[in-house]
Amino acid sequence: MSNPFVSNAPQRRRKLERGSKSTLLLAALAALAGLIGLLLAGAHPLVKWALAILMGLASGWMIWLLTEGNQEEPFLRVVKRERISIWKKIGVRISAIVLALLVDALFILCVTGLNPIDVYVTMYQGTFRTNRLIMAALRDWAPLLLISIALAPAFKMRFWNVGGEGQVLMGALGSALVMVYVPQAINTMFPPETAAGLLSGPVIYLLMLLASVALGALWGFIPAVFKANFGTNETLFTLMMNYVAIKIVSSFFNLWRGKASALGQLNMTTKVGWFHGTTVLGVRNVTYLSTIIFALVMMALMFCYLRYTKHGYEISVVGESQRTAQYAGISVKKVTIRTMIISGILCGIVGFLIVGGKDQTISTATAEGNGFTAIIVAWMAKFNAFYMALISAFLIFLEHGSQEITNAYQIMNKYAADIITGIILFFIIGSEFFINYRLVFRSVRKEVR
Amino acid sequence: MTDYAIELRHITKTFGSVVANRDVSMFVRKGEILSLLGENGSGKTTLMNMIAGIYYPDSGEILVDGTAAEIRSPRDAMRLKIGMVHQHFKLINVFTAAENIALVMEHKGKYSLKSVKARAREICDQYGFDLDLDQKVYEMSVSQKQTLEIVKVLFEGADLLILDEPTAVLTPQETERLFNVMRAMRNNGKSIIIITHKLHEVLEISDRVVVLRKGEYVGDVLTRDATTAVLTEMMVGQKVSLNIGRSDPRELHIRLAVRHLSVLNAENVKVLDDVSFDAFGGEILGIAGISGNGQKELLEAIAGLQRGAEGSSVIYYPDDDRDSTAEQLLGKPPAAIRKMGVHLSFVPEDRLGMGLVGSMGMADNMMLKSYKEGHSLLVQRNAPRKLAREIKESLGVITPSIQTPVSRLSGGNVQKVLVGREIAAAPTVLMTAYAVRGLDIHTSYTIYRLLEEQKRQGVAVIYVGEDLDVLIELCDRILVLCGGKMNGILNARKTTKEQVGLLMTKLADKEGKDR
Amino acid sequence: MEMLIAWILRTVSFGTIILFGAMGEIITEKSGNLNLGVPGIMYLGGFAGFAVAYLYEFSSPQYIPFVGMVLAVVCAFLAAMLGGLIYSFITITLRANQNVTGLALSIFGQGVANFFGAFLLNGKTVTQTAVHHVFQAKIPFLSGLGVPGQILFSYGFMVYGAIALAFFLQHLLNRTRVGLNLRAVGENAATADAAGVNVTRYKYMATCLGAGISGLGGLFYVLDYNNGIWATTDQIEALGWLAVALVIFATWKPRNAIWGSYLFGMLYWLYQYLLPLLGITVSSYATDLIQMVPYVVTIVVLIITSLRKKQEDQPPQNLGIAYFREER
Repeated sequence: MSNPFVSNAPQRRRKLERGSKSTLLLAALAALAGLIGLLLAGAHPLVKWALAILMGLASGWMIWLLTEGNQEEPFLRVVKRERISIWKKIGVRISAIVLALLVDALFILCVTGLNPIDVYVTMYQGTFRTNRLIMAALRDWAPLLLISIALAPAFKMRFWNVGGEGQVLMGALGSALVMVYVPQAINTMFPPETAAGLLSGPVIYLLMLLASVALGALWGFIPAVFKANFGTNETLFTLMMNYVAIKIVSSFFNLWRGKASALGQLNMTTKVGWFHGTTVLGVRNVTYLSTIIFALVMMALMFCYLRYTKHGYEISVVGESQRTAQYAGISVKKVTIRTMIISGILCGIVGFLIVGGKDQTISTATAEGNGFTAIIVAWMAKFNAFYMALISAFLIFLEHGSQEITNAYQIMNKYAADIITGIILFFIIGSEFFINYRLVFRSVRKEVR
Repeated sequence: MTDYAIELRHITKTFGSVVANRDVSMFVRKGEILSLLGENGSGKTTLMNMIAGIYYPDSGEILVDGTAAEIRSPRDAMRLKIGMVHQHFKLINVFTAAENIALVMEHKGKYSLKSVKARAREICDQYGFDLDLDQKVYEMSVSQKQTLEIVKVLFEGADLLILDEPTAVLTPQETERLFNVMRAMRNNGKSIIIITHKLHEVLEISDRVVVLRKGEYVGDVLTRDATTAVLTEMMVGQKVSLNIGRSDPRELHIRLAVRHLSVLNAENVKVLDDVSFDAFGGEILGIAGISGNGQKELLEAIAGLQRGAEGSSVIYYPDDDRDSTAEQLLGKPPAAIRKMGVHLSFVPEDRLGMGLVGSMGMADNMMLKSYKEGHSLLVQRNAPRKLAREIKESLGVITPSIQTPVSRLSGGNVQKVLVGREIAAAPTVLMTAYAVRGLDIHTSYTIYRLLEEQKRQGVAVIYVGEDLDVLIELCDRILVLCGGKMNGILNARKTTKEQVGLLMTKLADKEGKDR
Repeated sequence: MEMLIAWILRTVSFGTIILFGAMGEIITEKSGNLNLGVPGIMYLGGFAGFAVAYLYEFSSPQYIPFVGMVLAVVCAFLAAMLGGLIYSFITITLRANQNVTGLALSIFGQGVANFFGAFLLNGKTVTQTAVHHVFQAKIPFLSGLGVPGQILFSYGFMVYGAIALAFFLQHLLNRTRVGLNLRAVGENAATADAAGVNVTRYKYMATCLGAGISGLGGLFYVLDYNNGIWATTDQIEALGWLAVALVIFATWKPRNAIWGSYLFGMLYWLYQYLLPLLGITVSSYATDLIQMVPYVVTIVVLIITSLRKKQEDQPPQNLGIAYFREER
């Protein structure tokens, strides 16, 4: 019987063997050489282009080898790792970041012609040059971390809460409502002295907190109820809830600003509901210290909540398998709703902290897109609150660094942050592969016949 | 020109540190039905998956028609006219039968469902298959799905067919029909490899038997020279005393009374229909039946995981006595049942998808049902850790540590963890579903002995099984389910396999009940 | 009447943006890849198309609008595909988490578009290319035929292209072998693999081509809907998310995406046209509440569909899961 495929096999194999381990190594070396060459070469643009093309080709060849490798060609195979030492893990992650920085450097060099090392130093200074900058970074870090912490239990339960943005906004709205309307009510209900006492005391903050918690919880509760009872797709639901929240907030925004072009800070004259400023690290009038402290406390609490409490255990089981949860006597419905309420409450509190502490006002941009960024943070940290702190700090560092280079170099603009961040994220996410799998190169096997 | 349809030479395959096949060499003649025999975990499926292009061997070579062949993917296998029916069907649920068949067509030529249907119809007619080509797979029964799988393979024009445990889900009649088809295919010159661990089927259908043990080739025998004893010894490697040591039940006391239990599925079809029986402490009640005839629903209804239909009841007698307290279990969720103080243990069929949390270690899995105890908000991990260590020790669970995710353990060890936990809960009722499925013979006997031990301690054991020999040897009474209906309860000491088999397939003739 | 016509015109235009985005994502998701990078991909497509047309217009002495149009479409498609390729490599070959990768791609795409966009803006807040005339060219003669002409024939070619593409994709998915294989890959990659379908290749192709199609949505936004104006904007991001939502809304069927997108477009512009139609005037904060309608309607429809569960309306079974053949 003649089978063309069978008769071709030996030839095909010989062809494959030529392109085995050494080729891949060669490709990798070529790519690296090209990269380093590019970074060092202040030379002729033609040399640069040649190196860039070389690098592109080499990486393309590598990608081809890798992709084809796990499908057809047996000389390079992907095998699942059983275990990996912690040092190797750290090593993989660090090399990923280093590689990403190299690629970013390349990008900076090619596009702007700036010296990447100078740019990196400038970026570093963007966060660490002065105490004021450090505080500014902490100010932006705390809400991002808090929202990540808020989303983590939901995602761990495999509940797709992309509604962090809306939950924060509703929380913020709660506080803003209290700031706008409660003073009026108090002033009409009580004599002036009592009213002033009430307004400067803790009552107003308590009311703001309660309103924020209630609205945030509601925004978590609604999609959860439908998911738990009817299996309604929560991704779309929470996404739409974001827009509903945005529209509600923008409605109040327009109502309050009236004929003015912008809203400005709420209670500008009375400062009712504003957090008191303190001096930290020589930086005066820091109104967001409570947010930072709260974030640190919540980080520890959420870590313990997920790891050591019965609720955390239930969340893990539900996230793994709903059938197992049922078997274990865990009410999936109850856990889903409870966890989303917790998620919503935390987001609501973030809204409260932003309105009272950081902004003293509200707009549709109050959450600054952190509701989405936090999803990345939570997933990349695998829901470990301490990792979340690190990752969110890293993201904020990049953002502030990019702000700095925008100021320092005319050719840069703030969107460089997104590109640099994106590339670093790609590398870190992709490096996970080398933690879970290893590549097996097939050495030359004995010839058939 | 060779007489061999396929030949394997020195095939080795490892998964991480586990050697699935070591240096296996074997062949299949043209026009032969070959049984590949071995215990679960002996590497039969892995070996066949390498022929089918699912896995790639670490070393060794495969010759098709006498020529060396590289089988890198299922597509290569298809080109070499090799087709495999996997034990877990490889079908797309939302596709119709015809679409599933069209999927495997050589990826050339014009796509036309019509011509696919016409050709499939021809194949069905040739072998007498009854298949609705426009039916969606999710609406099909298991045997229909299997028929579809076989039609698929024939459609590809395979000359070598591999059937992985094809009879596990079939009734005896369906099995007989399948065997007839296989004979017809052999007469058409096709070669067939059938993977199985059922000896009588091996003897009935095959021409030759190849035996694997622990991933290694043991030898081959012509079927006409083989006996059950010879094959068992080859399979297990030593003479095993298959003696469970069943004790006579003593001091039977009433524990559960199931009355008129019916369960509806999502489509409102009765999957369990008016089942009534008593379960006593101090005996093992076997449940026999072809898989998918209501066993799962029966156990899950008792465990509080399924809702019973109108008129159903499951009464629990805590005091060994029908006249004293009686508690209704039906309609209460598992947590409520536990709160009542009812110690109900349940080893479900789906171990990692239901009984255990795969990503957690032994220790955390130990508290799956008991984590709520105590008033603290925190989980208490000391007791489960201790229990995990005890079970690891006493049942010989092989795991790097009690924190290693249980999904990384082998099937036998996973089951030991699960059974160990359920027994450690000091149950008054212990229900097991296919407790030994996928386990090697030694682990199986460990489990049997554990159940026997529970029975002696006065536990009411309910054992759902598929191996009739074991059911008859292990249990005291056997309840037979067929189509969700109860077809009688037999005294295991007096009944025969044939009698049980008959009840499994025929609707009840109201006799044959004892007690 | 004029108001109604204007509303319909706006509706169709708006719908076309998210229709492109959703069609691309449908193809991607049919292969089992959940690409949340649609906003980023639409940015890439929109920016690349604009940049090429703009640079061509201002650097070439003999400017031919038609060539500018072709260049824009091709480059938008390629740039978006490149985004898809990054995503594919990380999720298919490196088997990384699809959600995180998609979100990172969103950040990246937005960054690339706005970073380089700033060079084109060169300090201005907006800049425009003339190529939008080609994109917005109405069908001659037919568009002049009174009201029906205005409603049916006065759109740019991409509007009709989107509809045609939707029908083509519907046909491709349900009536061809490629579609059958693609659906199989997304439903159950292991089965498709066993049937001899090259899973990796299908996933790559579907994801990259899907990204290309999504990218056209961005292109349409910039060069037609937005009159060829580039400005640093966050709106594409929101549109990208709407496209992702539309996929679920359309239950993974391109044909449903057509009416889904128009329905959404209609509701989206409700606030501007309905009240004047009825002769009511409200203050600006009430308009915001009316703008909530499309999202609320989506939620209501979502709840209603979730009440009646149909097997055919479920997402592809393997959506979000990386395939590794030797998984045990």
